[in-house]
This record gives sequence, C-alpha cells and structure tokens, in this order.
Amino acid sequence: MPKPAKGNTPPPGNPAQVIVDGAVKTNEWQLLPLDEETAALAAADLPPGRLVLPLPVWQQVKDQLEERRHEVGVWLDSDETADQLGEDARTLPLVAVHFPAFADGRGFTTGRLLRERYGFTGELRAVGNFMRDQLTYLRRCGFNSFAFQGEQAPEALLGSLHDFSDSYQAAADQPRPLFRRRGLA
Amino acid sequence: MYRYDDRDHAIIGERVAQFRDQTERYLAGELSEEEFLPLRLQNGLYIQRLAPMLRVAIPYGLLNSNQLRRLARISRDYDKGYAHFTTRQNLQFNWPQLEDVPDILAELAEVEMHAVQTSGNCIRNTTSDPYAGVARDEIADPRPYCELIRQWSTFHPEFAFLPRKFKIAVNGATADRAAIRVHDIGIQIVERNGETGFAVYVGGGQGRTPVIAEPIRDFLPEEDLLSYLEAIVRVYNQLGRRDNKYKARIKILVKALGAEEFAARVEREWEHIRDGVDKLTPEALSWAKSFFTAPDYKQLNDAESDAALETEVVADRAFARWLERNTFPHRVPGYRAVKLSTKPTGVPPGDVTDRQLEAIAELADEFSFGEARITHDQNAVLADVEQANLKALWLAARKHGFATPNIGTLTDMICCPGGDYCSLANAKSIPVAEAIQRRFDDMDYLYDLGDLNLNISGCMNACGHHHVGHIGILGVDKKGEEFYQIQLGGSSSESASLAKVLGPSFSRAEVPEVIGRILDLYVEQRRPDELFLDTYHRIGLQPFKEKVYAKAS
Repeated sequence: MPKPAKGNTPPPGNPAQVIVDGAVKTNEWQLLPLDEETAALAAADLPPGRLVLPLPVWQQVKDQLEERRHEVGVWLDSDETADQLGEDARTLPLVAVHFPAFADGRGFTTGRLLRERYGFTGELRAVGNFMRDQLTYLRRCGFNSFAFQGEQAPEALLGSLHDFSDSYQAAADQPRPLFRRRGLA
Repeated sequence: MYRYDDRDHAIIGERVAQFRDQTERYLAGELSEEEFLPLRLQNGLYIQRLAPMLRVAIPYGLLNSNQLRRLARISRDYDKGYAHFTTRQNLQFNWPQLEDVPDILAELAEVEMHAVQTSGNCIRNTTSDPYAGVARDEIADPRPYCELIRQWSTFHPEFAFLPRKFKIAVNGATADRAAIRVHDIGIQIVERNGETGFAVYVGGGQGRTPVIAEPIRDFLPEEDLLSYLEAIVRVYNQLGRRDNKYKARIKILVKALGAEEFAARVEREWEHIRDGVDKLTPEALSWAKSFFTAPDYKQLNDAESDAALETEVVADRAFARWLERNTFPHRVPGYRAVKLSTKPTGVPPGDVTDRQLEAIAELADEFSFGEARITHDQNAVLADVEQANLKALWLAARKHGFATPNIGTLTDMICCPGGDYCSLANAKSIPVAEAIQRRFDDMDYLYDLGDLNLNISGCMNACGHHHVGHIGILGVDKKGEEFYQIQLGGSSSESASLAKVLGPSFSRAEVPEVIGRILDLYVEQRRPDELFLDTYHRIGLQPFKEKVYAKAS
C-alpha cells in the first residue's frame, strides 16, 4: 500500500477555475490527495468523473482502469520524476505536477521531460503554489494548464503567459535554440 | 565584444517591462514580500542594511567605454556617485531607490547591459580570465564560450528555481586566472589531438562549506558544451537538496553521491540529449567567435619596443615599479595588458567614483581599443596597450587614482562590502582592509614580500574569498562582538587549495599586528625567491601558529 504524503505541505487543491491553453475554463478534474483513505483505493472504489490520482494510487490501479483510462490522470509530487510514468505518459489524458512552494523548481524539469522525452501530449497541469510570474517559464517547460491557488482571479494571470516573445534556449515550446535561428549564413 | 542584435534587444527590453510591472505590483501591495523576493533577486536587487543594492551583470567582466560612461551616469543620477566592482566581475550600486530600479534597468538595456540573474537561485554571471584573448599562455579564447553560456543560461525556463545559486567559470589558459576549482561548474579549455574541448569540474565553492571542485570529464568536445551543461544542471535540479539552504549547493550533492556516481548520472542524462538541438553547430561556434577577434594591432618589433620601454624604466623608478606590478605580458609583440588598481589606501577595495568610471572609459578609448575588463580581484584591466603608450597611460592613471603599484601584493586585497553595507555580515571588512593598508604602506617592503593574496570576508558566506587567500581573514560574531579569524594557505589557482584556520580569532585592533607576525615569520623562514604560499606549503601551519600565539596568549 502506498504511503501517505509526508511533510507539512498541504496537498494541491481543486480550484473552481483553471487556465487551459490560454483561456479560463471550469475545472473538470477532481484531484485526489494522497492520504490514508485514497491510498487504500482500488479501481472499483474510485469516485465517478474525471480524476487526478496521486502517483502511488495510480500505479496501484492503472491496470484495472479499462474504459475509465481516458478520464483518469495522475499527479506527481515534486520528488516524483517523469521517468516514473515512463511509457505510460503517451496514453495519459492529464498529468499534474505539484509545486509545494514556488521556489521548488523540480517540476520544471518534470514538465520538459514528460513532453520532450516521454511523449506526453495530454494536458500538463501545474498545481500547488506556483506563482503568476512563473507562468512563462512553466509554459516553456510544456505546461498548458494551470490550477492557480492564489488570490488573484485567473483572468489576471493570462498576460503573464507570454512575458517574452523569444527565447535563447530550445524547450518544450521552441524546438530550436536561438543560435540555430539567427539567420546564420 | 558581443553586440546585441534585434532579438537580444527585444528579450532584454521585455525583461525591463516585466520587472517594471512586478515592481509596480509590489509597491501596490499586490505582490507579497515573499513573492517579490525571488523576482527582484533575479534582477540583481537586494534589500541591504541601509538601502537596496543593485548588482549589474558584466558578462565575463567585459565592458566598452560607452557602457562605462552609462554606469557612471547611473551612479550619479540614481546613486551617490560611486559603484563597486565585485568578485564575480560585476558592478554594484549601493544606494538606488527601489522605485527607480526599472528605469535603471531601461538605461542599462540601451547600452546592451542588464542585471539578469546576478542573484537568486539560478545560473549567475559566467566569469573568466581578465586576460582572455591576450594572454601568452592561452589555449583558446574563453569568451565565445562564455557568451554562449550567457545566452543559454539567460531566462532558462527549467533552471530559474534551482535549489541554490549556481556559478560557472571558464578558463582558457594554462594558468587558472578564473578560479574554476571553486565554482559549481569549472570549465577548463584543453586541446587534444588538435581539437579544442573542455575539462569539466563540478562541485567547487566557497561559502560556509568550502570545497575544491572534482573533475568529472577530461575532455568534452567543443560542440557539446551546452548539452553537457544542461545535463549537469538538470541532475542537480532534480536531486539537489531543498530542505536546508546550507546544504543545497551542488557541492553537497556531489559529495553525497561521490564524484564518480554524480558523473555517471550526468553522462546518463547527457546520452539522451547530446545529439539534440543543443549541440553547437559549426556556424554557431564561428558566429560566437566572430565577436572576439583581435583588434587592429600595429605590427611592432618586440625588441625595439622593449628597448624603448627600458629607457623610460631606467629614468623613472616609480614608473618601473608600476610597470613591474601592474602590467601583464601580451601575446602580441609591443603590447601589454595593464591593471588599474582600485586599491589605494583608504578606499574600500573595488569602489570607484562616477568620475573614475568615466576615466576608465577615456583611458580605454585612448589606449585600449575602447574596451576594459573588470577582474575577480576587483580591479580593472585595459588589455591591449601599446608599450610606447604605457608611460602616458601611467601618468593619466595616476591622476585618477588608479596607479597604485600594488597589484598582486599584500595591499591588493579582495574584500567584500562587509558590515558597513551588507545585512548578512557578522563583521566589518573594509576598516580591516584599510588598517592593513595603513600599517603596510612601505612599498619596498611590499615588493620584497612579493606575490601575496590577502582576502577578507565579513561572514562565512565568503564573498571576499577568504578560503582561497594565501592569507584569509573571516569576520565572526562572538557574543555580539566582531572578531576575526585568520586562515593561511588558500589558493584559487590551477593548484587550488583551501586555507586552514590558524587558531582562535582576534579583535579588529589586533589584526594588523597578527598579519605583521605572520609576515615576519615568512621573511625569516623563506628561501631565496620563495613566495609566501610556497614557504607555507614547505613549513606548514604550525610555525605560524607558534609565532602568532606565542606572546599574544
């Protein structure tokens, strides 16, 4: 049985609205925390509707999901890595990456690896305590969905998705680094 | 030097706009102190003891005269008319107003400068040899690689929130003048079978846990520079500790895993990306190198030029001294590199006035193709001076207070701003530097002592590089009082070593006397032509200990 989440960081919540692909939308996914109750869930016990399961729970039930596969996503905590999803990333509808604090930047790597190495094409959602001023970086690392938990209305955040019109590096949003695009003769 | 194109201007301009918006939101109370902190830090803005401090990036220390004049103007218009050269070859303004910072950044952007990532838990300004491109022992010019690293690391979306700050240095010569072994990543340019590449060191650093970096790769081909760096930083971003800021630097991770295991993980990560888009193309490499070509040197005859200089030397002992200490051999016949000392007695090391910044600009325009470099020992270099102009340059430098002939001597100290400015400091460092300069003001004595690095930090964060000073002084707090610990035997050169603590610490008033005893012992014990560090390595710490504590205790 998976262990419940450790530490004092509160689990990611379920805000009513999220930003997806640059627009504010109703949040249609229910994220389940990792606690003693969810840790014991079997596939048959899962509540109805679109769900985002903690990685250990998802690992436990993934082979029994059958026709629910398209409505069950997974969330990774900041110490869980993209390779723990591996090839499964190709078929998942949604992966959420938890930022327990905005200074914890592990999720940026997780996002890029899911997109660039593990072929994940579904909805990549940032959850937890990231902040508005990180949206450009998150988008560049492959996130297209943001469950913002701060006080500001999600509409106020949209402008921060594109703080820069160009970038030096290749990343999930840009297949070529600037040094390959400078119009070199 | 590197010049911005439209894309660089656009990116840096957008950064100014972004920070202007962030500052306005902070001042309007929409952004909390905690949220604003990493944003301002990644724009070089600290809140210090007395006022904000703004750290401006000078990529690998290189500046042109236009930029120097702009820095002078900013120091006049927004500050108190002076600025400070740092040990990361950057420049700090100590008294800007928070609300003016976006305007200052806009002024910097006009002259292709910024304050991006000069602080915060991200990749900082890449540093290098101040004699890059001109040194006789150079294998290859490090600056094109530094610039490629600067661009790769600027607003890197994956690495803006690392466990801790991250510093990279590149050295291109046989002698290490970039202190690469005390950096998170140290890159040494090497040549193998006629091919340029890099030896890579990881996990060095100063601070409260000083560590000499470990080699993790003997030879990295030139074109793989950025993908390999990406692999290192990615491994660190995933595995570096985040639970304790004092254990969050990459050096702790490398120690915990062991250099071999760390290297293996980097190689595994690198295998995935080495043949990807980050591989430098031949076009990109020659493009980067095209910015660092030789200036329009005259064809001079070394022997004739040396003979003419010798005549001037014989005629003027003061000039001779300056020439010996403050100039550096140049790979082009008839030229020298000149170091302008910012360390006359009574001035905080590294401090320059607005007028002095303009004077460096004037001297650069007149004598050195309009460019200057800031050094990690807080001086400035004019890298391309014709020997026939040295006398004129010396006279002009003297007028502006830059000709103290003390480069590489005891009084050419590295010194952090310390308790006079910094809110982290345990003790003041500038008054200690001054007291030492006042006591050892006899130039003949200083020359007789020869090469001697004395480095002072006001706290264990080690901004004054005390761990790698031949003599290091560390400010400590003892029950609310300022004391100073003395360390001996550090070096940041190619044979890097960490200094060892001599013994119990001293009051500020005692420090010059203690330094005097250490120097006395060296003078007694040294063999002919033996430098301080060599004597120390030969006889060890104990004799110094006995000498210093014999009567003092």
